[in-house]
Amino acid sequence: MIQVLSKEFNSFLNSLIAYVVIGVFLVATGLLLWVFPDTSVLDYGYSDLGTLFALGPYVFIFLVPAITMRSFAEENKAGTLELLLTKPLTDWGIVLGKFLASFLLVLFALIPTVIYYYSVYQLGNPAGNVDTPGVIGSYIGLALLGGVFCSVGILSSSITGNQIVAFIVAAFLCFVLFTGFDSLAGLPALAANALAVRQLGIVYHYDALSKGLIDSRDILYFFSVIYLMLSLTKLTLGSRQW
Amino acid sequence: MSLVVKNLTKRYGLQQAVDAISFEVNTGEIVGFLGPNGAGKSTTMKIATGYLPPSDGQVLVGGYDVAVQPMEAKRITGYLPEHNPLYLDLYVHEYLHFIGGLYGMRGNALKSRVGEMVERCGLTREQNKRIESLSKGYRQRVGLAQALLHDPRVLILDEPTTGLDPNQLTEIRKLIKDVSQDKTVIFSTHIMQEVQALCDRVVVINKGRIVANDRLENVLQHNRSNTIVVEFEGVVAAADLGQLDGVLHVQQQSPGVFRLDAEQGRDIRPEIFRFAADRSLSLVGLRQEENSLETIFRSLTNETTAPQSEN
Repeated sequence: MIQVLSKEFNSFLNSLIAYVVIGVFLVATGLLLWVFPDTSVLDYGYSDLGTLFALGPYVFIFLVPAITMRSFAEENKAGTLELLLTKPLTDWGIVLGKFLASFLLVLFALIPTVIYYYSVYQLGNPAGNVDTPGVIGSYIGLALLGGVFCSVGILSSSITGNQIVAFIVAAFLCFVLFTGFDSLAGLPALAANALAVRQLGIVYHYDALSKGLIDSRDILYFFSVIYLMLSLTKLTLGSRQW
Repeated sequence: MSLVVKNLTKRYGLQQAVDAISFEVNTGEIVGFLGPNGAGKSTTMKIATGYLPPSDGQVLVGGYDVAVQPMEAKRITGYLPEHNPLYLDLYVHEYLHFIGGLYGMRGNALKSRVGEMVERCGLTREQNKRIESLSKGYRQRVGLAQALLHDPRVLILDEPTTGLDPNQLTEIRKLIKDVSQDKTVIFSTHIMQEVQALCDRVVVINKGRIVANDRLENVLQHNRSNTIVVEFEGVVAAADLGQLDGVLHVQQQSPGVFRLDAEQGRDIRPEIFRFAADRSLSLVGLRQEENSLETIFRSLTNETTAPQSEN
């Protein structure tokens, strides 16, 4: 697993992927947070990182599938998957290695945004007047959300040899998982079970974490979705055996 | 017995890709796995390396059943898949380090082993290049280096020499021969000369069945046809030649030149000589036609639908 992880991560660094992803993420969130007047903290007047955590997931919906789309699709197409699967590696090792490499890249993209927190912290009146626990909770939420998106992306990539298909399927699934269930809960037909439906979506748990309340149920939700997606990926890998 | 294939069957849906084949390969032996395209060679190899599961039967690699103990079997197998898939964006030594790492090799041992393989496979000048910038022949060597890196006991090569130029062909063959001393090697090909250059034994399959499994000489011997080309000076009627004892078929190639198919295992040359002497004809040519490897390959894989006896 470690070998696959380090090879994958190195190939992110050796190609432009890592820099483009991190760069675009930072530019996009930076513009939204500091420049565009509609969402800018400066115009808003409150020392708060709400914009980053509200819009970050939408940036991820586009960026994370771009990171993960090649993971299995490329190997499927180039035939290197056969090479990998005939090495003494477990299917789980391959799936986890690829997942963790993408997840690590997402975390790397998040790290520089700590500067935003520091800036907002200093801008507060008095300095330091920020909801720090809320920010910490939000960061955990955003990181876990990135993890879920990575697992969705890896799954989409494993079912096709075409990277574009992998990207589109992943972006769509991420979107549905993120806000789709929330919107579905608004349907009159589902009114009776609205809460249950909302709880299936990410937003419900993500918002709960942003309040700074780190509830084990929310954490468990994220890990369950990741586990489910990766299990399905492993199943797809094993489907050659059927 | 390093590689044992027992009653191996593989079905894709209704199609029977491999039909109950059995053979064994011993340590130190190079076996050529022959057959036309789509005969089931690659499928057999994919099963032997644990990529595909068998529908029936089993494959033992170094005593491990591939379906039951895949890890142990994979650890002692070196495999070069068909079309030689490679990570094109990696550098040669980087790629080999990655593969070595997958086999649990670490640190200096891995480093020196990669160095050794780079040298043995003639990649010294190319080792700091990206694989995508290498030519086909060098890529093939990288693939081979990858398969040999962990010093496997069983080497499975799926068409290792397709698309190489004659020089590269000779080099790759030499390399395979060199490394094979203490290993079990099975490689697939549809080039007969390759088998002649490399193999101790040959397994020929067609439509998923074994049609020959023997030492190469024996296969050649067994399928030697009895065709004689004879050339007379002067005019001879084909019908007269057909009267000769033991001649099955006469074909006139040009005036005075005939191609005679004789009964298997019978030397009709004295007959022809007497025939010429009786009629005071000058016999200017008499030659037994050698069956080319290609002809044998064709006859084995075209005509025989029922499997021949295995010896």
